[in-house]
Amino acid sequence: MSEQAMIPKLNSMFRFQYEKAQGCHVLLFPEGMVKLNDSASEIIKLIDGNSSVEQIVNLLAAQFPEAGDLTDDVAEFLITAVEKKWVYYGD
Amino acid sequence: MAINQLSETQEKVGPPLWLLAELTYDCPLHCPYCSNPSVLGDKKDELSTEQWLKVLTEARAMGAVQLGFSGGEPLLRKDLETMVKHGRELGFYTNLITSGIGLSEKRIATLKKSGLDHIQISFQGADPGVNDAIAGRGNAYEQKFKMAQAVKAQGYPMVLNFVISKQNITQMLDILRLSCELEADYVELATAQYYGWAFHNRDHLLPSQEELIEAELIVNEFRDQQQGKGPQFIFVTPDYYEQRPKACMNGWGSTFLTVTPDGSALPCHSAKMLPLKFPNVKDKSIGDIWCKDFSFDYFRGDSWMPQPCQNCDEKEKDFGGCRCQAYMLTGDMHKTDPVCSKSPDHHLIEQAIANAKKPSSPLLMRVNKPQGLTEIARVKL
Repeated sequence: MSEQAMIPKLNSMFRFQYEKAQGCHVLLFPEGMVKLNDSASEIIKLIDGNSSVEQIVNLLAAQFPEAGDLTDDVAEFLITAVEKKWVYYGD
Repeated sequence: MAINQLSETQEKVGPPLWLLAELTYDCPLHCPYCSNPSVLGDKKDELSTEQWLKVLTEARAMGAVQLGFSGGEPLLRKDLETMVKHGRELGFYTNLITSGIGLSEKRIATLKKSGLDHIQISFQGADPGVNDAIAGRGNAYEQKFKMAQAVKAQGYPMVLNFVISKQNITQMLDILRLSCELEADYVELATAQYYGWAFHNRDHLLPSQEELIEAELIVNEFRDQQQGKGPQFIFVTPDYYEQRPKACMNGWGSTFLTVTPDGSALPCHSAKMLPLKFPNVKDKSIGDIWCKDFSFDYFRGDSWMPQPCQNCDEKEKDFGGCRCQAYMLTGDMHKTDPVCSKSPDHHLIEQAIANAKKPSSPLLMRVNKPQGLTEIARVKL
């Protein structure tokens, strides 16, 4: 399967939510918190366990037409996210 | 592990990101490393459900995000589920920090339904013999083992916490294997800290440097073979063998807020021992406590710092170390943490390490109502 067709899923150990006091989205996990920047948040919002990487890129392109081709940005973020175990592929 | 991830520069006072709710000091275990105060308060002074719910609401409104239910044994509070539910509805990430005694599959399910996010279970050793001797309770290991399995089976993230001391440090490899068998997500291998009750047992608990080096080597080798799979192991060396003090609580009044069973609000778990008057949530709001109370402001910033901290270029990194440790060891809470090799009191640490090679008094198992430290349970491990 090509990378673009893979379906990323959010690790259930992490909870994604907006934190008013922080002014940003965060990932919460046992006894910890990661603050996310805007682009990371926009990508994570679209990780629903059904959409492929390609679909996520297309949805982002529709939302942010001025941003240009986001394929590499999404791929780069997903590499980090998998390393940090926020995101995984498969069952 | 969370401390760095929660860190913020303290240009201004940020919110108390971490709220530790110590629901009760009652505990079914008798661990000699217990860091709760030697003399515990009266059960009748414990906060009511309504008082706790108010604390949660106020702290969350300020931006608190992590909520730990601890004790003692928090499962002894029958209203735990009510508090979990309220905390979760407010948007907290809810953590239960438990001995596992008092858990059942049913209660794990009820807690999940109430919105509990994560369960941390303590272990005292890698087998029933060592575990139950340290815990001072028969069948504790068996119960913990079964409940850890049930916690994972019900889909929770699980942290295991092993408090490491002389009594179990030689079991390190078995501890790592047990953690894998139980499918823990994170494992804290935390050397005992010598606060509260544990301070009286320091000579018995503090491992030697050789034992620590060996244990850390075992953990590192094990980690290298994991290939990103299995639990994440966090090895915490005791600050007694460090050259610089720990950045205690990420700085006084910067990140952590502890509320004790009777409602005392503290900048750290142990601060009640200090000669400062701390506020109570029965009298003041969390906002007033965090932002306005004298005690929470007392060690913020660096104007309180003595030498050698004041001129030290690392003062922003470790904040002068732990105030409780300075007080316990030197009698003055304003002094540099004696752990620091620059501290004029550093010989006290060297002395403690030497004393730990030959304990002169017996090990004291934790009891909840000591008549006086000389008369309480003495057990040889």
